[in-house]
Amino acid sequence: MILAKVVGTVVATRKDDRLVSTKLLLARPVSPEGTLEGAHLVAVDTVDAGFGETVLIVSGSSARMASGLKDTPVDAAIVGIVDTVSLA
Amino acid sequence: MQLARVIGTVVCAHKDSRLEGVPLLLVQPIRQDGSDVGRALVATDAAGAGTGERVFFVRGSEAAYPFHPTVVPTDASIIGIVDNWDV
Repeated sequence: MILAKVVGTVVATRKDDRLVSTKLLLARPVSPEGTLEGAHLVAVDTVDAGFGETVLIVSGSSARMASGLKDTPVDAAIVGIVDTVSLA
Repeated sequence: MQLARVIGTVVCAHKDSRLEGVPLLLVQPIRQDGSDVGRALVATDAAGAGTGERVFFVRGSEAAYPFHPTVVPTDASIIGIVDNWDV
């Protein structure tokens, strides 16, 4: 999984039927120190995350294992809201 | 599988219910000489690893297998703690 910060929302009227009523958020990966890095990505939110929160994103086919996403065409899902990151 | 070093921990109070009780560790992939390569990521721990330890982890949907029969939504899992390696 990667750490990312929620930077916006995505609205799509026309989309795959299996994505109807899913919540799409725009996220940007962050380093463990919290620095924004890399390209933005669209992820399906399964934990009711909000703008500005640091979240845990699961990628690839594993994203379909997230709650409510069985057999849906997704490759990135938000599965946790990060409270703390402790570095050694 | 890839070699990595455990560099920290992640705490999420609100998460997918199947991630409850599963340790989340920050891992930094390393080369065979121990130097860092690539970006750090969060992995579920199926081996009881701790901070500072050298481990190996599996990526992709296979990362859920150590937790079978629970289907844990994870794409990276620590599956072994490395004692030593020879190159």
